[in-house]
Amino acid sequence: MRMLINVPETVVADALRGLAAAHPELTVDVENRVIVRRDAPVAGKVALVSGGGSGHEPLHGGFVGPGMLSAACPGEVFTSPVPDQMVRAAAAVDSGAGVLFIVKNYTGDVLNFDMAAELAEDEGIQVAKVLVNDDVAVTDSLYTAGRRGTGATLFVEKIAGAAADEGQPLERVESIARQVNENSRSFGVALSACTTYAKGSPTFDLPDGELELGIGIHGEPGRERRAMMTSREIADFAVNAILDDMSPRNPVLLLVNGMGATPLLELYGFNAEVQRALTERGVAVARTLVGNYVTSLDMAGASVTLCQIDEETLRLWDAPVKTAGLRWGM
Amino acid sequence: MLDADFFRRWMTATAASVDREAERLTALDSPIGDADHGSNLQRGFRAVTAVLEKEAPETPGAVLTLAGRQLISTVGGASGPLYGTLLRRTGKALGDAAEVDEGQFAEAFGAGVDAVMALGGAAPGDKTMIDTLVPAVAALGDGFAAARAAAEEGALATAPLQARKGRASYLGERSIGHQDPGATSSALLVAALAEANGE
Repeated sequence: MRMLINVPETVVADALRGLAAAHPELTVDVENRVIVRRDAPVAGKVALVSGGGSGHEPLHGGFVGPGMLSAACPGEVFTSPVPDQMVRAAAAVDSGAGVLFIVKNYTGDVLNFDMAAELAEDEGIQVAKVLVNDDVAVTDSLYTAGRRGTGATLFVEKIAGAAADEGQPLERVESIARQVNENSRSFGVALSACTTYAKGSPTFDLPDGELELGIGIHGEPGRERRAMMTSREIADFAVNAILDDMSPRNPVLLLVNGMGATPLLELYGFNAEVQRALTERGVAVARTLVGNYVTSLDMAGASVTLCQIDEETLRLWDAPVKTAGLRWGM
Repeated sequence: MLDADFFRRWMTATAASVDREAERLTALDSPIGDADHGSNLQRGFRAVTAVLEKEAPETPGAVLTLAGRQLISTVGGASGPLYGTLLRRTGKALGDAAEVDEGQFAEAFGAGVDAVMALGGAAPGDKTMIDTLVPAVAALGDGFAAARAAAEEGALATAPLQARKGRASYLGERSIGHQDPGATSSALLVAALAEANGE
């Protein structure tokens, strides 16, 4: 195991202490596992709360700040947070204008956020929820847990965050968030598994010379395994998988996301191939983001997310944001 | 008759069993999950043991509702709400009687399992904890040892199924051939009933 840790049991708490030390503009409650922007609650503005298992950093704690999330709730590694966290977060950030829960579509996340929403409403907090389910690799049928929430979570958090920041009411922020999710699709590939601290070894066995197509972000195997492909071939595969499921008439936001262990050098090269593939298929790219945003510990690989935008959502994407993981305009 | 002390023993026996099997549960959760089931339940049931010792609830119902609430606050993932609801709902159905008989427990536990099915949406055959719990409830009429046997059989029987719920369902056909970790841990819970009863 090649990990920069003390012991597995304290990994999350240690990271939260480090986050607090690096970012005095955040209030980090290490014991209760809640990260809040220090100026919360912000009068008259809708507050955004998200969360999920740890291990996907910068998602979500790295996206707390003006223009994006008001609070984030980190669970144990790859484990949904508990309702107590989201209730505490909602109470800390609600100014009376209401709270939007941004929930990635995993059984655990949905169950815990649903419980938290009920408890928060019991305390007089108005809560709306939006589900993120952008991954095209899982067939959305009656016979699965549904499509996973992956890269589009960043688009939802940023765009809804900007809407909240400019004073839009809860129903409007929820509607914009929902629209961003519906206009987003993602596909990911893994060139290695990841190693969790609890397990101490890779989550699945991926031999050299093979890759997993259609992965999620929790170290689970993908839909299929194939012989290794070039960056060009992977880009074609991913773009085809996405465009099989959406036909953008408008330009798109493009996220070329690293799963954690793939060098930026390779991610930028992959971006060149993805852009080529999109151009060949007549899809215009309005904005691009390349980097590690929605990761899976030390997994090698990448995911592609497209989000079809319009004038309003592009304006909201471009609006200023100041968080540890994403910052422009302020 | 089953009193609060029996139910406390049930919870601590489950905790001990989960401690022993945590690595195995994690190993089962690796090929078709995210390798955290063992450690999550371990953390949850240790917290249950601690809170039961600290607060010493006096009725069977109070023991189980406290245990369920603790699991919800500690486990996370899907297991927290599902196991938490199982125990809370069972506890609620037991009311505030100081002791209950096996028949009353069977009925209450059945209500708990129904609540889990309503919450998670799983049915028998989906390759989940329900594939263990439904046969266990059916066998409870013949006693705890019978329920244990039915639970263990139910867990083994999940191996050839294709997952239709939870993280394993993302894998489609690749989930076939692996025993479900949630079904396995709920068999431990049911077996602990027999153990707590000295069987």
